[in-house]
Amino acid sequence: MSGRPVAVIGVGQTRYRTRRDDVSIAGLVREAALRALEDAGLDFADIDAVVLGKAPDLFEGVVMPDLYLADALGARGKPLLRVHTAGSVGGSTGIVGASHIASGAFERVLVVAWEKQSESNATWALTLAHPMSTSLVVGAGGYFAPFIRAYIERSGAPGRIGPMVAAKDRRNALRNPYAHLRIPDITPEMVEATPMLWEPIRYLEACPSSDGACAVVLGGRTAARAAPGAPAWVLGTAMRSEPIAFAGRDAVDPRAGRDCAADVYAQAGIADPRRDIDVAEVYVPFSWYEPMWLENLGFASPGEGWRLTESGATAIDGDTPWNPSGGVLSANPIGASGLIRFAEAAQQVRGAAGDHQIDGARTALGHAYGAGSQFFAMWIVGSECP
Amino acid sequence: MSTPGTPPPTAVPPFPRDRREGDVAVVAFSQTRHMAADSGAPEARLVHTVVSDVLQRAGIDRGDIGFTVSGSLDYLAGTPFTFVGALDAVGAWPPISESHVEMDAAWALYEAWLRLRHGDIDTALVYGFGKATQGDLPDILTLQLDPYYLAPLGIDDISLAALQARALLDAERVTEADLAAVVDRSYAAARANPYSAQAGFTPDTLLTSEYVAHPLRPGDIARPCDGAAAVLLATGDTARRIAEAQGTRPAWIRGLEQRVDAHGPGARDLTRCDAAERAAVAAGVGAAPVQVAEVHARYSHQEPLLRGALGLDDGVEVNPSGGPLGADPVMATGLVRVGEVARRIAAGAAERGVAHAAQGPCLQHNLVTVLEG
Repeated sequence: MSGRPVAVIGVGQTRYRTRRDDVSIAGLVREAALRALEDAGLDFADIDAVVLGKAPDLFEGVVMPDLYLADALGARGKPLLRVHTAGSVGGSTGIVGASHIASGAFERVLVVAWEKQSESNATWALTLAHPMSTSLVVGAGGYFAPFIRAYIERSGAPGRIGPMVAAKDRRNALRNPYAHLRIPDITPEMVEATPMLWEPIRYLEACPSSDGACAVVLGGRTAARAAPGAPAWVLGTAMRSEPIAFAGRDAVDPRAGRDCAADVYAQAGIADPRRDIDVAEVYVPFSWYEPMWLENLGFASPGEGWRLTESGATAIDGDTPWNPSGGVLSANPIGASGLIRFAEAAQQVRGAAGDHQIDGARTALGHAYGAGSQFFAMWIVGSECP
Repeated sequence: MSTPGTPPPTAVPPFPRDRREGDVAVVAFSQTRHMAADSGAPEARLVHTVVSDVLQRAGIDRGDIGFTVSGSLDYLAGTPFTFVGALDAVGAWPPISESHVEMDAAWALYEAWLRLRHGDIDTALVYGFGKATQGDLPDILTLQLDPYYLAPLGIDDISLAALQARALLDAERVTEADLAAVVDRSYAAARANPYSAQAGFTPDTLLTSEYVAHPLRPGDIARPCDGAAAVLLATGDTARRIAEAQGTRPAWIRGLEQRVDAHGPGARDLTRCDAAERAAVAAGVGAAPVQVAEVHARYSHQEPLLRGALGLDDGVEVNPSGGPLGADPVMATGLVRVGEVARRIAAGAAERGVAHAAQGPCLQHNLVTVLEG
């Protein structure tokens, strides 16, 4: 990436749950922050700036909650920035944090992203009600279902692919102590037997609503040298946005996603993503988004993504593992979900992913998308300093 | 003098003076004619107006922009993702490199400035917008407070500001006559500012009308407006080229710092603004004389408070635009401060200026920009 080198030197996550009634919002973000600081061998006093991300404030009913959380995150007397780019925000927050260091302005930056969805109702909070526009009371699943139908129609993918992804990611989640959904012995047949929520999305093909926070400590070269653990070097970062609707837009295979991937691959020297990326943590909130993003990210040709999923290539023991952590399908504190992808990618190349570690992972992709499949944030991390 | 528990001012190292220091400039600025009543224009229309204007002034195309970042607040419209609709106005096709902060757009400018310092792009577009007339801003800002201990008390932003004004009066740092003088001068300046909501407005009864929250009268309190602002940043030779084409000069950013204070007003000395002091010191405000400053004072008493916190002497002209008392296009108000100072430097009316932005109860979070010709 451009600017000074940036490394992930600490990662902290909370356990993701439907309700975290045991902690306040401040307690939740602090739990993740303290774990990341401990991993980096640092204290709040060592941090130069704090970057906070979350999805819409309507989820908790707190306006600009960075102000209230400044104390809990040790930000008093320091710079603080609050990022909000819809569902991609966790990824964007990581990228903005990296920019703080790449700019030359800071050496150690604490990045935290969170959501406490139990404070509200996500489907209500995600239902747009702008004056002078039609309100669709559909939530995120209702919004994305037509895109998925269009993908199935366009690619001729058999109906079993979605349940395969849902079962695969939940099996991976059993190896991840932080994952929210833990369903022993889950199978595609079990997924197919659950009720239809938004055709063609069945209940177990959808992500859960979670409470949780993820924190990452980023450092420059000096901070990385001093860190107790192995760093993950940021080899590239990219964000792309496109309008939500116009006649030339392809919502199934958005150009913003393709352009974002091309940008981040060029920075990281990735010529063939399936060959050059050892493991990917990709934002798949509904099962069918795995084959859709396999194509959008260039891991498969248009119309062929589902074949890669069907072949088992994206399984944890496949040649291009996707979401070994269990992914968004197994835990979705919305504002944090993108940063969790970025952090899990970093853990893989640090060799710190525990039971879902991919052996010998040296290059990993973290991916997030948001709003009407129109905002994208990606980073590539590697075990070697660029 | 510092409040208990406040880390020493050296906790954050000063900005490294590397070779790119000072290499980013404000090269164009545009703002709407801010409106204290709803004109019916949606957010995208407000944004389209200022983005189109700033690009036209700079003489560049949308496709030339390296990075775009905006600031807005969903709660003004009472619905999520207001920035998504506004993106339509930017012309994000082909897709653009873009980000958003749920903060005053002065912090979007901060993000853009960091991004430009990577050295691989040479322009960044920053915009902020809000339609504050659609709701009740003091009530919305109540929801900004600690949701467990403070917000349930129902105290609103005006009442908190009144506590701060009272603290300043009790400490004999200001008198009610001082506040009246700030109001009088701000409204006089605003009447000369065509973008101000108060243009043509005569505050006959402002100083004698009933208190809203003692000691604040209606004239002491900014009226929330609908509005938007856009700033174009550029680096090095690109900045010089764009400014030259407009017959102006770049307003170079020589310092840009932001600091947040503790959230609870009870945890702070409200007669001071510690976060603004720290930001001003770090940004180097005192390194050379300042001719002009624009400060984000939404209440009259905050202007003398900020003048002191930023270290501005009596010779500095503060809020010649009329300031937020003249027009408060919420979420763009801080960015307008930067634009107003940059505009004067670009035109040669000042050599060195300071722009200040704030958000949060009783000036919790502060940003300071030092601009030079």
